[in-house]
Amino acid sequence: MTAIDFNQQAAAHANTVRDNQLSDLADQSLTALTGMPFPTRKTEDWKYTSLTALTKQDYNQSASDFSLPGSLQSLYQVAGLNGPRLVFVNGQLDANQSSLSVVDGLELLLLSGMDGDEKKALVSKLGCVAEVERNLFTAINNAAISECVYLKVGKGIELDSPIQIVHVTTAQPTPATVYGRCFIELEALSQATVVEQFVSTDEELNVVVNQTTEVVVGDGAKLNHYRLNSEHESALHFGGVYVDLNRDSQFESYQVLLGGKIKRLDVLVNHNVGGSHCEMKGVYLPKNNQHVDVHSYIEHKAAHCTTNETYRGIMADKSKAVFNGRIHIHPDAQKTLAELSNKNLLLSNEAQINTKPELEIYADDVRCAHGATVAQLDEKAKFYLRSRGISAQEADIMLSFGFINELFESIPLEPVRNQLRPLLAQQFTSNKELTKHLIHEEDAQ
Amino acid sequence: MLTIKNLQAKVEEKDILKGLNIEIKPGEVHAIMGPNGAGKSTLGNVLSGREGYEVTGGHVDFDGKDLLDMDTEERAREGLFLAFQYPVEIPGVSNLEFLKASVDAVREHRGQEPLDSVSFLKLAREKCKAVNLDQNFLKRGVNEGFSGGEKKRNEIMQMMLLEPKLCILDETDSGLDIDALQVVAEGVNSQRDPNRSFIVVTHYQRLLDYIVPDYVHVLADGKIVKSGGKELALELEEKGYSWIENEVQ
Repeated sequence: MTAIDFNQQAAAHANTVRDNQLSDLADQSLTALTGMPFPTRKTEDWKYTSLTALTKQDYNQSASDFSLPGSLQSLYQVAGLNGPRLVFVNGQLDANQSSLSVVDGLELLLLSGMDGDEKKALVSKLGCVAEVERNLFTAINNAAISECVYLKVGKGIELDSPIQIVHVTTAQPTPATVYGRCFIELEALSQATVVEQFVSTDEELNVVVNQTTEVVVGDGAKLNHYRLNSEHESALHFGGVYVDLNRDSQFESYQVLLGGKIKRLDVLVNHNVGGSHCEMKGVYLPKNNQHVDVHSYIEHKAAHCTTNETYRGIMADKSKAVFNGRIHIHPDAQKTLAELSNKNLLLSNEAQINTKPELEIYADDVRCAHGATVAQLDEKAKFYLRSRGISAQEADIMLSFGFINELFESIPLEPVRNQLRPLLAQQFTSNKELTKHLIHEEDAQ
Repeated sequence: MLTIKNLQAKVEEKDILKGLNIEIKPGEVHAIMGPNGAGKSTLGNVLSGREGYEVTGGHVDFDGKDLLDMDTEERAREGLFLAFQYPVEIPGVSNLEFLKASVDAVREHRGQEPLDSVSFLKLAREKCKAVNLDQNFLKRGVNEGFSGGEKKRNEIMQMMLLEPKLCILDETDSGLDIDALQVVAEGVNSQRDPNRSFIVVTHYQRLLDYIVPDYVHVLADGKIVKSGGKELALELEEKGYSWIENEVQ
């Protein structure tokens, strides 16, 4: 099959699914879509991630099979998280799985359930942070909005229970695209924790997931954000997290990306007003033939803002990963403190990492650092473990796990921390004998 | 316990050990002293089977078994323990997880049942106390951010937990102040036993004031050039290594 005009197909499909009352954003996005080139390896932002898989079949169709293979609970349940939960199956809300407990100060609404005025209000916000021009998948997402989670925390409200938003993908008989959209708004001095989970039920999915989350953190407010991506290996995932930070606000984000056929995450954080802080920690762990691509963009547009960004990756087998982290200090962003670190471990001779930390500085009174390393497991550390009787295989697992866990052992949300520990340890081997010293009895419960 | 015959080894194509002989009986403490570059640390690394240290000749018998034929972890399980000169930091893996994995592996090899978590924690706390380490060190990453003295005490604690037959202390005194040295030496002395032997590798006589050896060997240019009782260490301290080198020539 010759390369098809992906953009045209995407636009056509978006047109069939979109909510007609969102016409302005959709029209604008559709126009942009038709004018956008389809990314190739010559497109800087997609240099190491080939999208030819998207042109071999027509993925721009709606999902048709919503049947579930059984209980989904085990896929998304995080012991100890008992707050509001929204579960989407192939982009549609599954009311039975969801739990919409009423929480003071929290508005948790769905676009499909809104009246005209509510819709109008939300429409005026959508696309403010996730700009149409950002990239092809944001444009498609903007054009195709038919459903959206709107999460708003009122002024001064500090929510105790984390909010879980789960995206489940199931196998489709014909290629399909599933859209997801979320808009999170924290009013001044509020605090909330949002856990976004991406899971799947089947080995062979035949699905492109295109999900965009927009976040506006008000003055003095703080969002604790988790994005846990553990879809099956056949997943084609294009995710975006777009954040606006206002005065003295904070965004703290932990991201986990297990590999897929293609998994791409774009994270944009705008420090719009002074005093904001961004703390971002992420890991990507591709294996087999998987591919993961993380692009982060931190825009320091105002003075006295800080960023602490750390990503780590472990690439096994023939997998490939891409990390591109850009911190852009605008002329007015004096007194910025920004750090970006990216460390990588290659577990095999055939694994690949392309890392590019970038600093672009247009202010003269800032302190910024960035760095990237690529290494193999530390032979000295391995010898140390083996000299204590630990087998070479278990030593490898311990060292790999430690490399990731060093970032994640400080996760403030205990249920997520406990959930991730076995998930991450088992990522390196399915042999439970080799992970038994890393997974504690209390985690396994 | 340990018989080393004509041991030769090279590192990166350079001959370091050039025919080393030593015989250690159960319960004995042997000190190996020598100038920088004599091959002291190489000996410890070769005996523990570190990669990159190539044995080019000789034989090592460890309690009736061919030591050089075993992997590093097998040697440890058979009862060989190397206390590192520079213990490695492993962030992200807690000291307790590491110790449990280690003790489980050694116990399994000896045909003993694994300890349950509660009993193990109790045991580890006891040993912490014995080397004057706060219990919090069990929760921290392996050696992560430990001071020099804390790292060495952690080594001795591991020795106590693993109950090895033969302990090699590789310049355990380096980087220790006198108080830490005493704590470490006390820990070692508490482990002296008619069935347990020690090789104490050191550059200075000072450590041997606290861990009193039965024999002292001088290692120079990859060979044992002189052996004697504990008084040899004092003589060395007084006259310096050049004395030996001159005498041997």
